[in-house]
Amino acid sequence: MTALLSVRGLKTHFPVRAGALRRTVGQIRAVDGVDLDIMPGETLGLVGESGCGKSTLGRSILRLIEPTAGQVIFDGIDVATLDARRMKAIRRDLQIIFQDPVGSLNPRMHVGDIVGEGLHANGVRSRAERDHRIKEILAAVGLDASAAGRFPHEFSGGQRQRIGIARALVLRPKLIVADEPVSALDVSVQSQVLNLLAALRQQFSLTYLFVAHDLAVVDYMSDRVAVMYLGRVVEVGTARQIRTNPLHPYTRALLSAVPGRERQRIVLSGEVPSPLTPPSGCRFRTRCPMAQEICARVEPALDAHPSGARVACHLSH
Amino acid sequence: MTEPVLEIRDLRTYFHTIRGVYRAVDGVDLTVRAGRTLCVVGESGSGKSATALSVMGLIEAPGEIQPGSRIRFDGQELVGLSDREHRRIRGRDLSMIFQEPMTSLDPVYPVGHQIVEAIRAHQPVSRKAALNRAVELMALVGIPSPERRLWDYPHHLSGGMRQRVMISIALSSHPKLLVADEPTTALDVTIQAQILELMRDLQKKMGMAIMMITHDLGVVAEMADDVAVMYAGQIVESGIAEEVLTNPRHPYTEALLHAVPVLGMSRDEPLRVIPGVVPSPLEWPAGCRFAARCRYAHERCAEPPPTATVGRHQTRCWLPVDRSIGTGSATRTAAAGEVNR
Ligand SMILES: Nc1ncnc2c1ncn2[C@@H]1O[C@H](COP(=O)(O)OP(=O)(O)OP(=O)(O)O)[C@@H](O)[C@H]1O
Ligand SMILES: Nc1ncnc2c1ncn2[C@@H]1O[C@H](COP(=O)(O)OP(=O)(O)OP(=O)(O)O)[C@@H](O)[C@H]1O
Ligand SMILES: [Mg+2]
Ligand SMILES: [Mg+2]
Repeated sequence: MTALLSVRGLKTHFPVRAGALRRTVGQIRAVDGVDLDIMPGETLGLVGESGCGKSTLGRSILRLIEPTAGQVIFDGIDVATLDARRMKAIRRDLQIIFQDPVGSLNPRMHVGDIVGEGLHANGVRSRAERDHRIKEILAAVGLDASAAGRFPHEFSGGQRQRIGIARALVLRPKLIVADEPVSALDVSVQSQVLNLLAALRQQFSLTYLFVAHDLAVVDYMSDRVAVMYLGRVVEVGTARQIRTNPLHPYTRALLSAVPGRERQRIVLSGEVPSPLTPPSGCRFRTRCPMAQEICARVEPALDAHPSGARVACHLSH
Repeated sequence: MTEPVLEIRDLRTYFHTIRGVYRAVDGVDLTVRAGRTLCVVGESGSGKSATALSVMGLIEAPGEIQPGSRIRFDGQELVGLSDREHRRIRGRDLSMIFQEPMTSLDPVYPVGHQIVEAIRAHQPVSRKAALNRAVELMALVGIPSPERRLWDYPHHLSGGMRQRVMISIALSSHPKLLVADEPTTALDVTIQAQILELMRDLQKKMGMAIMMITHDLGVVAEMADDVAVMYAGQIVESGIAEEVLTNPRHPYTEALLHAVPVLGMSRDEPLRVIPGVVPSPLEWPAGCRFAARCRYAHERCAEPPPTATVGRHQTRCWLPVDRSIGTGSATRTAAAGEVNR
């Protein structure tokens, strides 16, 4: 089977400017050489701490942010270099759900128009056809038809996230980047939205890149999980392997930091270094309890491990 | 069980707005005991922060603590104290840390200056002595090379480091009670693990009681000696943490525990959900406030349930869930069965 999405050597850097001449004085290497594959119908989970580049990666795939280098091959086409017109045609197959259900919905637009905007932009010109599609998708996400005539602020957080999901789904995309779709929600509402995402995956044969920082949520939703640290993927494997047999010391630390679990805690010292000046060699070495001399010199590649996983660590091979 | 440090009885804190009266805190009873950690857990809008701010004397108009509310701290009644009297207690025996350390640190002063000011506000020491104490405190909360960090501004520090600064300010006066409102919610898991470990460690060293507010049941399992579950402005269940977490008696606690995703759940089954949404504090339901979402609800729930002691829990429910006692469980199932049909 060929991948629906293949990301190769993807880099997205943000220039840091300073001084009166706004000269570039450095680069924030938010995404710095990422390889990923997602099979049709698969959900790939993406975890990692704040600032490690998850959102930048997701947005670069959709070209909501322009990548600096690398390839994003979607359905056989490299979208990273596509011109605007052809990109627009692809975008109906590639959608995103944002973390912040409040900030991502225009407060002055009716819910029906928010959801239907993409239909109009993609050439569904008949009003009746649009209304029908809007009603259909609102029903699929569990909102009644009257929602179309109301404003976002009239809904609860969970309902607003449903509106965001309806907007992403209305064009019947193939791949959805779900960027922390439940992080802003309370537990009781979170499980409602997760169940909805799982049911819609079935119903519409969706493929997800599912970004979250809650490992239990990612584990539940994903077939495979990729772990990011400072702009790079450090480990990728099946959800089960990541949960039961994590190979990278960072993955192990992340798992053991989940509060309320009874197990030997690995408390990492220090903090994530700045993506402006990532450490030489392995980026995790400054916090790694196992770091050796080689880790400062040589950057480990994301190599296959006998277990079937891929891991970027000198000491796990 | 140790002496109570803080006893809250029938606390009501209302916000009067043009849209109506928000009964944010509506009859809360809580006890925090010396040297122990009480976690107050509940969903967004349940009134946790309003409860904490009431204790701290930081409720501002349009908010108002209603007559009849009692907050007894260290033998003294706090409701009705003047701002000045409250300020004397606050920052000395009673300290608070907030969710977002950036908003509670002053951006225009270096952090060392702010710690020194906090020390000097309550202790008659020289600037020099306070500065030495500040360095000690920063080392205590795990800030590396504190002498160098003294003159950093808050925005130079990471979220985790800012929270450490807040904790060092809160602890500068050796408080008897530390109120912590979601102290790790804005932090990453690895940094959260550092801060939780620090708080446990400092409690062991300094012996203060902690009232910790969170919506994360994992954090509760990690930190709490005692737990109080808040729903719609009231405490619906309280007791020793281990008991409440393993043998919840209130249907809301039970549902909440089931709704939390845990590692290694089967993907073939949907997650358990709590149907519906939290009611509005503008008009709480007349009877049990959870009834509309409760799988065990029956006619009686149209009246407000009393708080009853069941086993070693306090619970505000007509039909406390009970799986440990055979008869209780049978009664419950029978009653629930009737209603469901
Ligand atoms: N438009 C931008 N300009 C400059 N720097 C940026 C920009 N967007 C992101 N960054 C930086 O890139 C890095 C990665 O950010 P990103 O938002 O992708 O992280 P994330 O993993 O999604 O974090 P979070 O979990 O907090 O959402 C961060 O250091 C961030 O400050
Ligand atoms: N200044 C205010 N004016 C009006 N209503 C208020 C005010 N402060 C709080 N409230 C209301 O009181 C209720 C309880 O708020 P509170 O901040 O205590 O909730 P919380 O349990 O801390 O929630 P969260 O988990 O989101 O922090 C909310 O419905 C809120 O809208
Ligand atoms: Mg993000
Ligand atoms: Mg709060």
